[in-house]
Amino acid sequence: MTETQNQAAPSALNETAAVRLRRSRFERIRILLSRAPLTAWFGMIVVSLYAIAAVFAPLLAPYGEAEIFAKADDIWSSKHWLGTDQIGRDVLTRLVYGARNTVGIALGTTTLSFLIGGGLGLIAAIDRGWIDQIFSRGIDVLMAIPSLIFALMLLAIFDSSIIGLILIIGVLDATRVFRLTRSVSLNIVVMDYVEAARLRGENMGWIMTREILPNILPPLIAEFGLRFIFVFLTIAALSFLGMGVQPPTADWGSMVRENAKWITYVPYFPFPDAMYYALKPLLPAGCIALLTIAVNFIVDWFLHETSGLRDV
Amino acid sequence: MSEAPNQSSLLLDMKNISIEGFSDERWHPIINNVDLTLHRGEVLGLIGESGAGKSTLGKAAMGYTQPGCRFTGGDVLFDGLELSRMNVRDLRSIWGTRISYVAQSAAASFNPAHRLLDQTIRASKRLGERSEQVLKNDAIDLFRRLNLPEPETIGNRYPHQVSGGQLQRVMTAMAMSPRPDLIIFDEPTTALDVTTQVEVLSSIRDLVAQFNTAAIYITHDLAVVAQMADRIKVLRFGEEVEQAETRTMLSAPEEDYTKSLWSVRSLEKPEQAGDDVLLSIANIDAAYGSSKVLHDVSINLPRGRTVAVVGESGSGKSTTARVITGLLPQLSGSVTFEGEQLPPKLRDRSKDQLRRIQMIYQMADTAMNPRQTVGDIIGRPLEFYLGLRGRDQERRVIELLEMIELDASFYDRLPDELSGGQKQRICIARALAAEPDIIICDEVTSALDQIVQEGILNLLQRLQDEFGIAYLFITHDIATVRAISDEIVVMWQGKVVEQGMKNEILSPPHPDYSELLLSSVPEMDPDWLDTLLAQRAAEGSKTIKAQD
Repeated sequence: MTETQNQAAPSALNETAAVRLRRSRFERIRILLSRAPLTAWFGMIVVSLYAIAAVFAPLLAPYGEAEIFAKADDIWSSKHWLGTDQIGRDVLTRLVYGARNTVGIALGTTTLSFLIGGGLGLIAAIDRGWIDQIFSRGIDVLMAIPSLIFALMLLAIFDSSIIGLILIIGVLDATRVFRLTRSVSLNIVVMDYVEAARLRGENMGWIMTREILPNILPPLIAEFGLRFIFVFLTIAALSFLGMGVQPPTADWGSMVRENAKWITYVPYFPFPDAMYYALKPLLPAGCIALLTIAVNFIVDWFLHETSGLRDV
Repeated sequence: MSEAPNQSSLLLDMKNISIEGFSDERWHPIINNVDLTLHRGEVLGLIGESGAGKSTLGKAAMGYTQPGCRFTGGDVLFDGLELSRMNVRDLRSIWGTRISYVAQSAAASFNPAHRLLDQTIRASKRLGERSEQVLKNDAIDLFRRLNLPEPETIGNRYPHQVSGGQLQRVMTAMAMSPRPDLIIFDEPTTALDVTTQVEVLSSIRDLVAQFNTAAIYITHDLAVVAQMADRIKVLRFGEEVEQAETRTMLSAPEEDYTKSLWSVRSLEKPEQAGDDVLLSIANIDAAYGSSKVLHDVSINLPRGRTVAVVGESGSGKSTTARVITGLLPQLSGSVTFEGEQLPPKLRDRSKDQLRRIQMIYQMADTAMNPRQTVGDIIGRPLEFYLGLRGRDQERRVIELLEMIELDASFYDRLPDELSGGQKQRICIARALAAEPDIIICDEVTSALDQIVQEGILNLLQRLQDEFGIAYLFITHDIATVRAISDEIVVMWQGKVVEQGMKNEILSPPHPDYSELLLSSVPEMDPDWLDTLLAQRAAEGSKTIKAQD
């Protein structure tokens, strides 16, 4: 803050105002990171590891995604660090590719739901008339049906291709994004600067993207993180039920389902092998859990930073 | 202080108070070595512009600093207790009971889910000295003393069921209920209409006198402080400018700064008649949903002149502006601009019609998108209406900034890096960028300090002289009207009560409503409120309860 203090005649230039130091983006990020709590760091590291695994899956994985080896249900060895699955595919390879598929689908779905829900929510908030009524009541109808059951039904009617999966979950999830966007936008729509833009004769597109969107971005970004996780869990649940990602595409949800049976056999194996069979379904489940926790840590931190609730 | 202080009656003694606030990674001084003493039953007026630290100092008297602020020096001695070093738990036993606080916005300080009476006695109930029934009766008695309507039952209402002025008085009752030694009033009447303000001021003053309560009265309105305070302290940049007994201070201020504060209200412009009617609205009726808010309103605005629309909140001033701009299409009547009828709906108007009528708002904070820089804000109308882009646009923005007495260094700033007056200037520049014929100014100075108001009014006047812009100036402040207008329109309950040249309207005789409005404007005379109340009592009929 530079405080301009001048005892001379009052002038507009000399009025006291809190002017922030001009910092480069790099410097601002450095300050932000230096204040980040341990949990946020944990979250960021985990998410980056997942991102690396997803992007570089073909380089990191020891074998091909659907490569089949002679011995099925093999336990860990130097050749297959995490053993092989029921038809002889390398489990470590499947886990790495799973990061790419599961996370990729979740990201696509969340993005789609934000485009649909966010767009419609903004239009409804600006309109506040019959368009708003049609959208809102339509969304209410969609939300009245339990989404997992609804998704199962739609997937049974259409097919469970990856595109179909993204479209169906994206649309179903857009309902919640719509409600959030609409309610936070309503607070902004009543601002004088939005009225000023309307008086200027600006079109809907400008008001949506330039006047309102920048001001509702923090809650939307936070919601993006949480929605991403929920989509992720929905896909895992659908895969577990056999309606999600179809083989041979590697996916953590399907891997949990395929390996769940081993849990019951654990007591019948001798000690070191028992450990392996217990881990088999827990590994993909753990991948899901770890990402969920990591993203939540980041979202918490982000919310704390943007909400102004932070203590000095 | 004029009289020798009686040591035994000393209630509050603040010595060398220094407070710092944290922002932008550093601690900044907010209050610098300020002393403040207060005796039992004494009212101290604390005045200064926004940012002068008056609220911070007022809260410091309770041993309290806002989050992000800290005491860096000094002692707060309240009746022998050292508040600045007490922990929060001990302070809580004093707050609300021995020292209470009345905030500017009563509406934001009440819990909307509880009845007024329960909230009024909450702090005293915590004391546990008197039974609930006794407290309730006492609160009703306070309501009566504060001239609230239906004192017996008003406490059963919820905050949204009473008017702003009533709520402010209930809040005073709440502060008074535990019979505190000290009450801090933080701009308690700033958000009220002048007619309501008179009521609240006289109630507060009577009550404080009756219970011999000491009070710190924080305000930026000099005329108000002149009525309320025994002693006035002027603050600037967190430091004391001067302090004196009220009458001495008003008649003979010592410091130049104080003198400049005192002279602001004397701004006056000679009226000029205009014959070339630029905008004319005729027989306008308008409604929000089914409730009709404008009845047969007709106003003429001559080219290059200023017409002030005066009235209290709810009188239909802003609605008239909404009809002119097309935000609220009228039910009947016409808006004629340069001999041509304007389409009632905004979306049916041409870009050129929109460009020629611009608007400036009361709250510059909410009138600018907080995510856009000053360059974006002023640049947009240039691009939108005049097709200026890139270099040309930037050059024009800087020209406009200089026109409003700022400079190119403001180009990259965000709205929250500007002071209140600077923000309003940027809004003026945005309106100016469209090169309009008319600017509608909706209470543009009422949220600003007086000294800043003067700057804005002078600027608007200069722009009018230079570019011949006509202003439709909506305001409730008569001093502003004197300073800027050629003609005046008085509105009340959606109707035009009186319309004419400034001097004609401001000189008697007035219709009843104009009389009430004009007489309620505080003057810088410590006896003004007494004289006014005596006059009104004598006339009897003109009680202001009808307005509330």
